[in-house]
Amino acid sequence: MLKTYNYPKFEYRRPPEIASGKTLKVPLVVVGAGPVGLAAALDLQQQGLPVLLLDEDDTVSIGSRGVCYAKRALEILDRYGVGDAVCAKGVSWNVGRTFFREEEVYNFNLVPEPDHHRPGMVNLQQYYLEEYLAASAAARPEIELRWRNKVVSVAQNGRTVTLKVETEDGFYTVETDWLIAADGARSPIRRMLGLEVEGKIFMDRFLIADVVMKAEFPSERWFWFDPPFHPGQSVLLHRQTDSVYRIDFQLGWDADPEQAKKPENVLPRIKAMLGDEREFELEWVSVYTFQCRRMGRFNHGNVIFIGDAAHQVSPFGARGANSGLQDADNLGWKLKLVISGLAPAALLDSYSEERIYAADENLLNSTRSTDFITPKSKVSRTFRNAVLGLAKDHAFGRALVNSGRLSVPAFLTTSSLNTPDCAGDAFSCRMVPGAPMDDAPVVENGVDGWLHNKVGQRFTALYFADDPQQLDAATIEALSSLSCGGIAVQPLVISRREGSVGGNIQHLVDARGVAARRYDAQPGTVYLLRPDQHVAARWRGLDVAKIKSAVAKATCNA
Amino acid sequence: MALNLNPNFSEAGKRYFNAYTPADDFYELLINTHRDLSDEQSELLNARLILLLANHVGDIGTLREALKIAREGV
Repeated sequence: MLKTYNYPKFEYRRPPEIASGKTLKVPLVVVGAGPVGLAAALDLQQQGLPVLLLDEDDTVSIGSRGVCYAKRALEILDRYGVGDAVCAKGVSWNVGRTFFREEEVYNFNLVPEPDHHRPGMVNLQQYYLEEYLAASAAARPEIELRWRNKVVSVAQNGRTVTLKVETEDGFYTVETDWLIAADGARSPIRRMLGLEVEGKIFMDRFLIADVVMKAEFPSERWFWFDPPFHPGQSVLLHRQTDSVYRIDFQLGWDADPEQAKKPENVLPRIKAMLGDEREFELEWVSVYTFQCRRMGRFNHGNVIFIGDAAHQVSPFGARGANSGLQDADNLGWKLKLVISGLAPAALLDSYSEERIYAADENLLNSTRSTDFITPKSKVSRTFRNAVLGLAKDHAFGRALVNSGRLSVPAFLTTSSLNTPDCAGDAFSCRMVPGAPMDDAPVVENGVDGWLHNKVGQRFTALYFADDPQQLDAATIEALSSLSCGGIAVQPLVISRREGSVGGNIQHLVDARGVAARRYDAQPGTVYLLRPDQHVAARWRGLDVAKIKSAVAKATCNA
Repeated sequence: MALNLNPNFSEAGKRYFNAYTPADDFYELLINTHRDLSDEQSELLNARLILLLANHVGDIGTLREALKIAREGV
């Protein structure tokens, strides 16, 4: 057990179906209460769906796993009610240093871009994130959490999925319309359904040591290539919460993991790295290998795979948990529309399509980082070392150094849900159809807030105005009409000037024009935002028919 | 023509949403070009590549500057 963290123990309750012998019939089951399964349960609950969440364990993740949560993940976590807790407990860092052999070749300062609610990255041990998500889920009666309930068989039969669940008191059966498999990289559901996941294992091993520093040590990310204390390999040092530092040693494929993990072998490595005078305590040690692979598609009828169950990447770039949270974000609203009969099941194909696009981007970036960090041939190592040598003095060399490209959301520019810009509508910003929306500071009813927290979980038409008092009756009527009909679109007026809008339409003030700049907006510009805060379409003028047809396109109703 | 030592990679018709992408695109292409070659073959490939690029640059003053920087770090 860890010295800095007490694992919560979640209560197991005897499922009533064991005594009754009845089959439990529910619309929706999520299997796996890791960060991604919990996120999916919370997303679906916010969509108004009841969720049964099954997990074979009764605590959070043990030991060292995910560390870095990127801005987009934090924005999503805001909607699940844990963004503040994660940011308050997590460690923000900006400075990264890269060393080659004895010397520092360069450093970077990821100064957070001003006028965004959340920083670029927060470091926090995964168990804290899970603890907060589990508490948020437990507070919502629509989510039924069953700990120590293990799915031992799964069968797809037409419109339903039948699960056999094992507990310490015996077995019971669940019949569900939809099954979300968030059961991790080794996904038993995937295996039981005989589904394939394709990719490769990287022939390398890494040693993770989490140490508690007794002395002050900077909140920075340090990355060494070929350091004197670990020749020929790479080492990463990263700060987490509670003065716990993650140290990641590349070991090479031939290392014996059992030997490498022994304290008598770990301690000298860390001492050599820190210098003997710094005091520390070992908190956790493990050895891992990793795989880069994904399923051919993420939805199989009424079974949908999310997170590591669907795709796995190398840890370089923190693209695992971050992309899993985006899976949940992408899936929730689509499943709700399909279950409600407002969209055809084909909308779930777009979940697979869009998240495969994102997974491939993550796989590409993490594979490129891996190839730079652990060159596979002599010439590749020569180029890598040449880049590191040039990086010290030349900016172009620094651009080529790749010690991990930190997780950013995919711009879903090729998605079939996008409505392309109209020929006459010229925009010069990056908020293209498919883009994850940029944040901006806004004021609503005199209270400071963030654009991100004003939208999401439903379609929104963001209408840019100059002076809200000047909106004519026809515009107000057109905006108001959007919230009627099958798939409602929430109208949201945003303007540089203060004032009120007629017709009870929600209004935000963009006092410094940050939103207008980021969205390249002029008075009359409209953005249609999806429930997952991606841009679906944009126009230079308000046209209700165009908005309706873009909503139809974004929901496979076109 | 002064030697450009700032990041300078881009591809026509491609829109980048992350600043690191063009340099990473090039580096992957470079390493992939060497895939499955022996060390000796890789050396030859590199020599051919340098000759091709040097001719493309053309300006001997620029090449002299690049050669000098390359040599200094070895």
